[in-house]
Amino acid sequence: MALSKDFRQGMRDGTPFILVILPFGAVFGVVATEAGLNLAQVMGFSVLVIAGAAQFVAVQMMVDNAPVLIVLAASLAVNLRMAMYSASLAPHLGRISWWKRGVVSYFMVDQAYAASILKYENTPSMTPESKLSYYLGVVTPICPLWYLATWGGATLGTAVPADLPIDFAVPITFLALIVPMLRSMAHVAAALVSIIGVLVFAALPFNLGLLLAALLAMMAGAEVERRISLRGQA
Amino acid sequence: MSFTTAHIWTIIIGLGLGSYLLRLSFLGIIGNRDLPEWVLRHLRYTAVAVMPGMITPLILFPQATEGTLDPVRMGAAIATIAISFLTRNATLTIFGGAAVLFALHFIMH
Repeated sequence: MALSKDFRQGMRDGTPFILVILPFGAVFGVVATEAGLNLAQVMGFSVLVIAGAAQFVAVQMMVDNAPVLIVLAASLAVNLRMAMYSASLAPHLGRISWWKRGVVSYFMVDQAYAASILKYENTPSMTPESKLSYYLGVVTPICPLWYLATWGGATLGTAVPADLPIDFAVPITFLALIVPMLRSMAHVAAALVSIIGVLVFAALPFNLGLLLAALLAMMAGAEVERRISLRGQA
Repeated sequence: MSFTTAHIWTIIIGLGLGSYLLRLSFLGIIGNRDLPEWVLRHLRYTAVAVMPGMITPLILFPQATEGTLDPVRMGAAIATIAISFLTRNATLTIFGGAAVLFALHFIMH
């Protein structure tokens, strides 16, 4: 595949996420190594799981000596949102060949999903192939650096001063993705229900509060859209 | 941590495989079938339904400050939202938000 216009645009749009991937990956490398994992195991997490939040949950629960099945259940619950991303991408990428969908699935990370879905909805004329090129462009600066940053953290250790607020790189990149998505009252309604829902259901275990909040938020968005379009027809 | 090597790899491979199947789920099964309009209408809101909920606790109750409201992180979040509204540019927003975060951090500490 030549480096198409869409691929290069994706790379440009994915590049700012390096700012969050590098510190986040490095911190995972440090934390997992300090927890007692060897280099192969630390890299095994970042290459096979390739999902920061779930990796941190798993390592934290391993430090707490939780049973293997509980570690798996809790960290997989954190990744349940990936099934929602998968459903959301299906109308856009469902027509590409099965092995390419397999590749997209491996590289399904929050930043790539959010950047791509924003691009697809703003550019309805894109073909499934150009959508795929864009997606692969976005992950190109993200995923290899995730492995590299993990490796750096695991081998070089705590070169990062401990008191820097780098944990906040994640909310900042997410905010940069979310705000442009608030294009209609329906999107705003969904975001508000998501925020309120996650606070209301905060006591639920295994991150299930987020799932429940997200389902309600999708229903809120869909319902507001339906009412607005009914009003438009009347 | 008191896990055997086999236990550790069971967790890594189990989590990797499970995560992959979650990611593949709908993309793999639905393929090129058309979804009903009401399903598509819900799916259009997936991103705005998941991501605000994910970061709300990180903004309001940061683990780094034992879950108490932190003026540095709160200020950076508000600045990031403002920059995003004004510039409509993700790159500027991310770098601007990070700059405000570190500026506030060094002023307050």
